[in-house]
Amino acid sequence: MKIVKKGWKEIPIGGVILEAGNASEYNTGDWRSQRPIWDEEKCIHCLLCYVYCPDSSIEVEDKKMIGINYFYCKGCGICAEVCPKQAIELIPETKTSEPETKISERGE
Amino acid sequence: MAKKHVEVGTTAVAMAMRQINPDVLAAYPITPQTAIVQTFSQYVADGKVDTEFITVESEHSAMSSCVGAAAAGARVMTATGSAGLALMWEILSVASGLRLPITMVNVNRALSAPINIHCDHSDSMGARDSGWIQIYSENSQEAYDNVIQAIRIAEVEEVRLPVMVMLDGFIISHGIEEFETLEDDEVRNFIGEYKPKYSLLNVNEPISHGPLQLFDYYFETKRQQADAIYKARSVIEKVSSQYEKLSGRNQPIIEKYFTDDAEYIIVVLSSTAGTAKSVVNELRKKGLKVGLIKPRIFRPFPYYEIIETLKNTKAIAVLDRSNSFGAQGGPLYIEIRSALYELTQKPLIKNYIYGLGGRDISLKNIRSVYSDLEKIVKTGRVEKPVSYLGVRK
Repeated sequence: MKIVKKGWKEIPIGGVILEAGNASEYNTGDWRSQRPIWDEEKCIHCLLCYVYCPDSSIEVEDKKMIGINYFYCKGCGICAEVCPKQAIELIPETKTSEPETKISERGE
Repeated sequence: MAKKHVEVGTTAVAMAMRQINPDVLAAYPITPQTAIVQTFSQYVADGKVDTEFITVESEHSAMSSCVGAAAAGARVMTATGSAGLALMWEILSVASGLRLPITMVNVNRALSAPINIHCDHSDSMGARDSGWIQIYSENSQEAYDNVIQAIRIAEVEEVRLPVMVMLDGFIISHGIEEFETLEDDEVRNFIGEYKPKYSLLNVNEPISHGPLQLFDYYFETKRQQADAIYKARSVIEKVSSQYEKLSGRNQPIIEKYFTDDAEYIIVVLSSTAGTAKSVVNELRKKGLKVGLIKPRIFRPFPYYEIIETLKNTKAIAVLDRSNSFGAQGGPLYIEIRSALYELTQKPLIKNYIYGLGGRDISLKNIRSVYSDLEKIVKTGRVEKPVSYLGVRK
């Protein structure tokens, strides 16, 4: 899903929200200054990061970590801090060249 | 058929409010505004209005109640002055930012300290960037007329902004004057039934008011708000000319008094314009080419009309009943001086801060201003761009 930010003539007046349940559309990922990079090789799927993540951005399938949702991840770094295997590394957003693939997959 | 009354200014305002019959009124008493809500509360007690009168513990709560009621879809009014307006400060920008058409009457009174109950414009001028439309009234008649028009202006689709109507504390609020009122049904037909754009009480179309907007949308919402108050200028003109058909009273956004051939012009808001007009009459009889401009609206600022009217003048005196401490002059002066920057041939301009804390402004004071302007034109320069009129040395 692509998020297009609307111009000032297109939005309802006074910041009124006309639809319900739209907090999920809020790309809090763009607050991030550091990006957690997951190393699948080192990961033992203990899921401590899943428990600690304040934004539910650790994606899990069949009791195994499958990735990080960069649409919501604010880059707080708690996941890297709690990881017993140093399988998550934080790198500055300015040094990342890869596109945030998770954004386009969101909502599918 | 218009009815004539001889009453104090606060009664004129309360009468307009009775005819408007708002859904909700939330207010806290403060001198010299108290008499407005006191008179109105009697109308409520006597069943002359259907208004839900919310008595609150402070002006902060009064404006908060107004915001809540307006977001719920009600036609809302309040009244305040001085410290009361200051205490509303936080919520003023909430009302305008949420685009809620609340109408408030502000009886101008000086801000503390020193504590003072009399008129100056420091309260409303302090709120000039709050996003509210500001209309200033010269007398009780204008206060009555402006309050009724404010309802219409606030509720127009492309505006949807709160409006503040000012009248001078004690001078107008407690001065007895003659004024005319319209018939109740004329007022009700003029303002019409209020149809809120959004209503929290409309369960069929649920909405959220007041959500967080950070660096992604706040700026767009504020840009939109700037557009709304810009558009209010022509809306005010339209509403005033429709009102004129009912009242017979012409109320342009700037009143021009003998300005066509005037060489010396005073620009002043509110009741002092009345005093100045009588000096204009007197000096015109002596053949002096003097005139006066009274802006009726301060926000949006009628800069275009001001430039057009002042461009051929030799010298201008701007009288400010408030000070913008540390600025280049009073708030009205700063706006007008800035507007004149457009002109290649700029008239000479001088600012007078006057009447703070209710200090009387006399005919003699106004005469001295016009004679200063004559001197300025003779010498070709303004010695002191900002001076204080009526203060002891």
